[in-house]
Amino acid sequence: MSRFEILRFALRGLAANKLRSFLTTLGILIGVAAVILLVAFGEGASRSIQQNIQRLGSNTLTVSASFAGGGPGGFAGGRGRGGGGPRTQARQLTLDDARALTDRAQAPSVRSVSPVVTANGTAAVYEGTSHTVSQLVGTYPSYFEATNKVVEKGSYFVNDDVVAARKVMVVGRTVADELFGAADPVGRQVTVSGVPFTVVGVLRELGSSGMQDADDVAIVPLPAVQQSLTGFGPLGSIIVQATGADTTDAAQDEVTAILDQRHGIAPGGAADYRILNQAALQETVSSTIGVFTALLGAVAAISLLVGGIGITNIMLVTVTERTREIGIRKAIGAPRSAILGQFLTEATVLSLAGGLAGVLVALAGSRLPVAGIQPVVVPSSIALALGVSVGIGLFFGGYPANRAAKLRPIQALRHE
Amino acid sequence: MSVPVLSVRDLSKVYGEGDARVHALRGVSLTVERGDYVAIMGASGSGKSTLMNILGCLDVPSSGRYLIEGTDVGSLDERRLAVLRNRKIGFVFQSFNLIPRMSALANVELPMAYGGVGAAERRARALAALERVGLADRVRHEPNELSGGQQQRVAVARALVTAPSLLLADEPTGNLDTASTRDVLEIFDELNVSGRTIVIITHEDDVAEHAKRVVRLVDGRIVDDRRQAPAEGAPPRARTPEVPA
Repeated sequence: MSRFEILRFALRGLAANKLRSFLTTLGILIGVAAVILLVAFGEGASRSIQQNIQRLGSNTLTVSASFAGGGPGGFAGGRGRGGGGPRTQARQLTLDDARALTDRAQAPSVRSVSPVVTANGTAAVYEGTSHTVSQLVGTYPSYFEATNKVVEKGSYFVNDDVVAARKVMVVGRTVADELFGAADPVGRQVTVSGVPFTVVGVLRELGSSGMQDADDVAIVPLPAVQQSLTGFGPLGSIIVQATGADTTDAAQDEVTAILDQRHGIAPGGAADYRILNQAALQETVSSTIGVFTALLGAVAAISLLVGGIGITNIMLVTVTERTREIGIRKAIGAPRSAILGQFLTEATVLSLAGGLAGVLVALAGSRLPVAGIQPVVVPSSIALALGVSVGIGLFFGGYPANRAAKLRPIQALRHE
Repeated sequence: MSVPVLSVRDLSKVYGEGDARVHALRGVSLTVERGDYVAIMGASGSGKSTLMNILGCLDVPSSGRYLIEGTDVGSLDERRLAVLRNRKIGFVFQSFNLIPRMSALANVELPMAYGGVGAAERRARALAALERVGLADRVRHEPNELSGGQQQRVAVARALVTAPSLLLADEPTGNLDTASTRDVLEIFDELNVSGRTIVIITHEDDVAEHAKRVVRLVDGRIVDDRRQAPAEGAPPRARTPEVPA
């Protein structure tokens, strides 16, 4: 008895009860599609977040002031700096700190250092049109490279502009659209808090990332913003770009050493600044998303399992209902392997058809973005879901099929 | 003398356990020679169906030996038993037992499919068998589109298509009207004329009259074994073949 023959019998058996076969297939379809889609959704979310992090800049460390350590009455009681004497106040980040970090000898892994002062929610006016810029950044030209900000039209400002504290400005796409509309912003004057700035460039559009519009930004030379807006106080943060992806950790160690020394922090003591390592952040987020994806996958796997139980149920019903037929087949000389083969093939065809249809549905479904996230289909999830669905068919179909095949012909024939 | 087609020795069959034990067969011994036509008769509960199921290898005896053409059935494993049922035995049931939603042709082809006969040869032999039982014009019909007599003739075609050494029929006319009964018995007569060994179970004397030998069972024992015609030659009621009605 050939395999082809067995397949023919199995298909005929399935065709005899089309609705039932269809519903069983549907159960597996939903399970497989759910596994693939949810994993794709998790992967999409993960990539989207990674992109957002990368947008912060490549190989960068963000140093910002922290009040957790060193402050008066801080909790770091064991630091013992100067015995029980009065605590030094937590130091803010200064331009001198930033300059110290550029020391090639002490910080060979550092490529560039950009001190940053940020003014939030500053009103900019152009010929009567007003727009509140959510982020006005005062910094050095190296900031553009460190944070992957590219000027699309016009030019960057340069070190001379910083030294001369020129009132020049590079604006984000949103700011340009809000203030100038269709007009070319380059060369026009924008008034910020009564101080006129000349727009020299427009940044390439980044797109919004969640809550924040990354294009609602204006970048000016550091002294210009300090003179006109924030005053010459402490820095908001220092962006340090490492020389390469593999040197970010080394750069972090070097920055830590320099700042510890400058701020007088003993080794192991709590620092009055913190360093956000973009690579480390990315790693943390990836692992978090990984857990999230695994959770989604587990939920989907349950629906796949339920589909499998559906197959078992249907095969049990089918076998019970067709016990008499099995008896007839055995009476005219069907070997056990043929009976077993027929029912196993029926179960496998059901689960395979459901699985393949599920893959198609998932592939179609993954084209649609959900909540702004474009799902990314993971090939291994397709293989896994298909494999599991066929496995389920063989495993759960095997039990009823084996039971049917083992019957003595007369037992099966007497079954009503 | 050649090996008998069928030979049973001291066959017994017990159903149930303890107080509920029922002795369906109490030591039956029977030998059927090639070309014979045996009717097994008995009231219901006499054990004739049990005997038939054992002869057809559908059931196993509690004790005793059963040889088909010299092969001890009790020593065969499941796989070889299936081959034996397929090649050596054709079984005709009282309730036809065709597989629903399969055409007459597919039903007749089925034993050959399990026997590993090629598709083309299978089709030719199935068509020949259906023609032999006078259903050449009904090959595409499914069982529920056929009358009882036609269904039983399909079942007979299915039983003889593998050219088995032994044709077993368990009350083949029990569910048929007089005309269909006559048709089916005529087919059996013809088959026996052409040398097929037939064992038939019945409780109707009319049917038993077609056989060359009548065995009577009472309470699981053979009480009477009467020969009506010699094992060689035509069965007593066989007629010269006519144009099928």
